[in-house]
Amino acid sequence: MSATGQGVVVTGMGATTPLGGDVATTWDGLLAGRSGVRPIEEEWVDRFELPVKIASQLATEPADVIKRVEARRLDRSEQTAIIAAREAWAHADLGDYPSLEDGSPKVDALRLAVIVGTGIGGALTLLGQDDLLEQQGLRKVAVLTIPMLMPNGPAAHVGLEFGAAAGVHAPVSACASGAEALAWGWRMLQANEVDVVVAGGTEACIAPITLAGFSQARTMALRNDEPERASRPFDTGRNGFVLGEGAGMVVLEREEFAQARGATVHGRLAGIGTSADAYHITAPDPEGTGQSRAVAAALRTAGLDPADVGHVNCHATATNVGDVAETVAVKKAIGDHPVLTAPKGSLGHLLGAAGAVEAIATILSVREGLVPPTANLEELDPDVTLDVVSGEARKMTLDAAISDSFGFGGHNVCLAFTPA
Amino acid sequence: MATNEEILPDLASIVEEVAGVDAAEVTSEKSFVDDLDIDSLSMVEIAVQAEDKFGVKIPDDELAKLTTVQDAVDYISNHS
Repeated sequence: MSATGQGVVVTGMGATTPLGGDVATTWDGLLAGRSGVRPIEEEWVDRFELPVKIASQLATEPADVIKRVEARRLDRSEQTAIIAAREAWAHADLGDYPSLEDGSPKVDALRLAVIVGTGIGGALTLLGQDDLLEQQGLRKVAVLTIPMLMPNGPAAHVGLEFGAAAGVHAPVSACASGAEALAWGWRMLQANEVDVVVAGGTEACIAPITLAGFSQARTMALRNDEPERASRPFDTGRNGFVLGEGAGMVVLEREEFAQARGATVHGRLAGIGTSADAYHITAPDPEGTGQSRAVAAALRTAGLDPADVGHVNCHATATNVGDVAETVAVKKAIGDHPVLTAPKGSLGHLLGAAGAVEAIATILSVREGLVPPTANLEELDPDVTLDVVSGEARKMTLDAAISDSFGFGGHNVCLAFTPA
Repeated sequence: MATNEEILPDLASIVEEVAGVDAAEVTSEKSFVDDLDIDSLSMVEIAVQAEDKFGVKIPDDELAKLTTVQDAVDYISNHS
């Protein structure tokens, strides 16, 4: 039970990522330090002379998993959201979807919410349909263009699928969106507004314009000739992030509700902390002040002492400034003792999905007592004076772990997980 | 002028493509909305594809009158 009221427990997880089409293969990939980064095999890479020719692309094509008519009616970011959400729902063993008309044996539609964040939204639909309008005229523009491009589209589709009638929300806070969804869910459950929340993040925006934009902002890894070695958080040879795509979803429940229905509990979202840097639109505060406030708030709401936190699953995207600033914030809020890992070495940067997928990794680290290695960390940046796992996964018993997520705009979200 | 026998299978495959309804279910007496559970947005998509396939124009006010599959087959048959 948390410091502020009823406990919030994790009863289901789902994901589709560059490492695998579900949670199990994604987790195996993280533990093995595998990379999901591959060359982009599209003609436009050369046509636009993009400096970046690699991306962390889904291991399983969504269209191979969902029905053809669904693939047609959903933006890629909605497809990934649906796939991850279905896995999480099944994992939580919530049974048939509820409905306002027929009710449900396991969860009332009026006590079920869905919260799915995205950083960019349906960019591929926007771009593709604009091309059709320009080249072939109005008649060729899809009837579902707007629901496919709107950033609340993934949340809305998952909400419709499950019949969630208590609320459907879509936080948009760049690369913190997925984590913000979980934080939002925690608040709803703490307030006893709902019994169950399906929360997560999704992103699928690997396109010329996003790669060009991030490249122009000088944020991207340029190791095109060695894709699998390109994403290198905390390494001296890092030079930016690798754009990725995917989705992660968790089922959160009020502890009492989960107990009453005999659900299997995989961990607890013990507390959450959010803050804003109020510093710069893209650059993190090098002193990590805003980030450390978010970490401190997560500990406070969880009723944890800094000494309890054995591990931080870092946001670390492999930019020069960001990685070091995060360790400054960790030291400020927690101390020198947490053991760090940076999953983006394997996953690349899933933007709005990152916080949700990495929350799942953190939950599994606590449950399994295993911290995955930071892929491609060969020579630790001397400005990083904390213990970062590299090479192989490390066994350790964890009483509590933190998952960090930060986004362009200065959004900071920290989630504190404890064992079941 | 195309015959019913020529139009129905092609129309059924468009309905399957757009709305995910099994083409075998798309028989002449079925109502798009009540029997096949097709919403108004999907009907617009079906109309756009039918226009391309059969070389007809289906204005929105005419589309609104096409209640059953047979209505659509007749319209296409009379206007192609």
